[in-house]
Amino acid sequence: MRGSPHGVTSNELLAVMGARELEDNTTVFAGVGAPMLASGLAQRMHAPRLTMVIEGGIVGPKWKPGSLPISTNEMRAAYRAQMLPGITDAFLLAQRGFLDVGFIGGAQIDRYGNLNTSAIGGSYDKPKVRLPGTGGANDIISLCREVIILTVHEKRRFSDTVDFITSPGWLSGRDARRKSGLLFGGVARVVTTLGVFGFDPESRRMRLEALHTGVSVEEVKANTGFEVLVSDTLTTTKPPTDEELGILRMLDPARQFL
Amino acid sequence: MTISRREYDFQAARHRLEAKAKSAGEKLTTIDHAVARVKNGDHVAFGGCLFSRTPLALVRALLRRRPTRLSISRNLMCYEGEWCMVAGAVDKIVTSWMGIGLPWGLSKIHREYVESGRVPMEEWSHLALGLRFRAAAMGVPFLPSLTMMGSSLVDVGGSKIIDCPYTGEKLLAVPALFPDVALLHVHRADRFGNCQIDGYPHMDPDITRAASTVLVTAEEIVSEKEIRLHPDRTVIPGFAVDALVHVPYGSYPHECYGLYDAEPDHFSTYVDGINRHGAAGVLAYLDRYVYGPATHVEYLSLFGESALADAGRRGRELVS
Repeated sequence: MRGSPHGVTSNELLAVMGARELEDNTTVFAGVGAPMLASGLAQRMHAPRLTMVIEGGIVGPKWKPGSLPISTNEMRAAYRAQMLPGITDAFLLAQRGFLDVGFIGGAQIDRYGNLNTSAIGGSYDKPKVRLPGTGGANDIISLCREVIILTVHEKRRFSDTVDFITSPGWLSGRDARRKSGLLFGGVARVVTTLGVFGFDPESRRMRLEALHTGVSVEEVKANTGFEVLVSDTLTTTKPPTDEELGILRMLDPARQFL
Repeated sequence: MTISRREYDFQAARHRLEAKAKSAGEKLTTIDHAVARVKNGDHVAFGGCLFSRTPLALVRALLRRRPTRLSISRNLMCYEGEWCMVAGAVDKIVTSWMGIGLPWGLSKIHREYVESGRVPMEEWSHLALGLRFRAAAMGVPFLPSLTMMGSSLVDVGGSKIIDCPYTGEKLLAVPALFPDVALLHVHRADRFGNCQIDGYPHMDPDITRAASTVLVTAEEIVSEKEIRLHPDRTVIPGFAVDALVHVPYGSYPHECYGLYDAEPDHFSTYVDGINRHGAAGVLAYLDRYVYGPATHVEYLSLFGESALADAGRRGRELVS
């Protein structure tokens, strides 16, 4: 894969970069796939006191390596959990302000970090492609203190406009999110397979903060459907280490999600 | 597609409940008698979540009656929603997400029926749908929430933004959802319908208080004494339950916490049928697993004893 050391998959790269965003003694709302791998990796690296909250109404699970959940609502997701409060109450922990970070992804994302996982093309009632829907993504991006988007970087995903705002990022920028009634939270980072983006604090437009090793700004621009702002202090991320990759492959030896 | 008044009319829902006997008596019946309480045009809420504790035995029994014009709701809709679409049973699906899960990709049936406009999907965030059931469980017409605002979901679902009467801040007024009928599967109940659920409750306790009629299947029917010895584990009071049926493996091949694991290979076979034959693949599945078997025992024999035992072994392992 471009921009990553030989043999590193997209999900491995996203999980490693996602894990590095997480701090110890915090809480994270994590779904299946790259988010759960990122959270599991962070717990084993620098954040042993990171607590996961899972959509299925699960608090503080200790997932079994080699037995990772396919869904956020199954026994593997609840393995060795500390509490099973139910779905609504798990989300209400986030609404109350207990969740520091939330991870989400999406089929389409625009320059303000708005995500679409509902419908593409046509009309909403008769779309060209009906996607599965929000699930908890809208709640996570609305209610957590900050959200980190993990996604493969493709031009069709990084779109000039999204057809439907399933999960509101900074909406039309500036104070639009606050004005809409979303008084808390917002998208802090977009971690992609090419680099890491933040948001300009004034305009709330996505801004390239770091490139993964071997990736150029031109390559990011060529794979993005909107104008790419570049930070004055653009850096390069440290490639995934053998230790990080080893832990991920220990968590998912069958490479179900890697 | 927007909400209908009947869904959030708390006064009518209250009157329906007041008019009903809150019986502490016998609830045990047959599954066919239980689902006979569902009328065409009803709103039916399914318990569980995705492929966890789905009331599949009740859904199968319901579909055997060839119902029409139903609205169905579920937090995350798995393939039972596809069955209802292909069987011509539903006019509307209310959910936050529909599919099986990451490994199976987008649901072709969901796509086909929604993209053609045949069955609309009314989409709420996962929490918002939970709050719709909770508002109804509380007997109020809406609950204020901080979720979903600013998103396009507000525009398509028919929900309203209100000003907080105390702080003046904007709030989403999530409308109640009072289903006519709730279907759910639990771990154990006594014959009076006092139900206990192990593990995650999903949204089941709220759904049973929200609905006018509650139909339950249970893995195990236990004595009244057993319930009275552990009342802290009872999440649904008997007086809220209208019909109870003893159905071991009542969610299978979906999971039931601590008792049996799900069968992802079975899901893959089901999806293969759709990939090859489209909706006809679902019809063939319905013939074999829903319309075909005359009894639940006959249904389980399609999977075989060793598969059931293995699912049980895995299920117990995952909580030990």
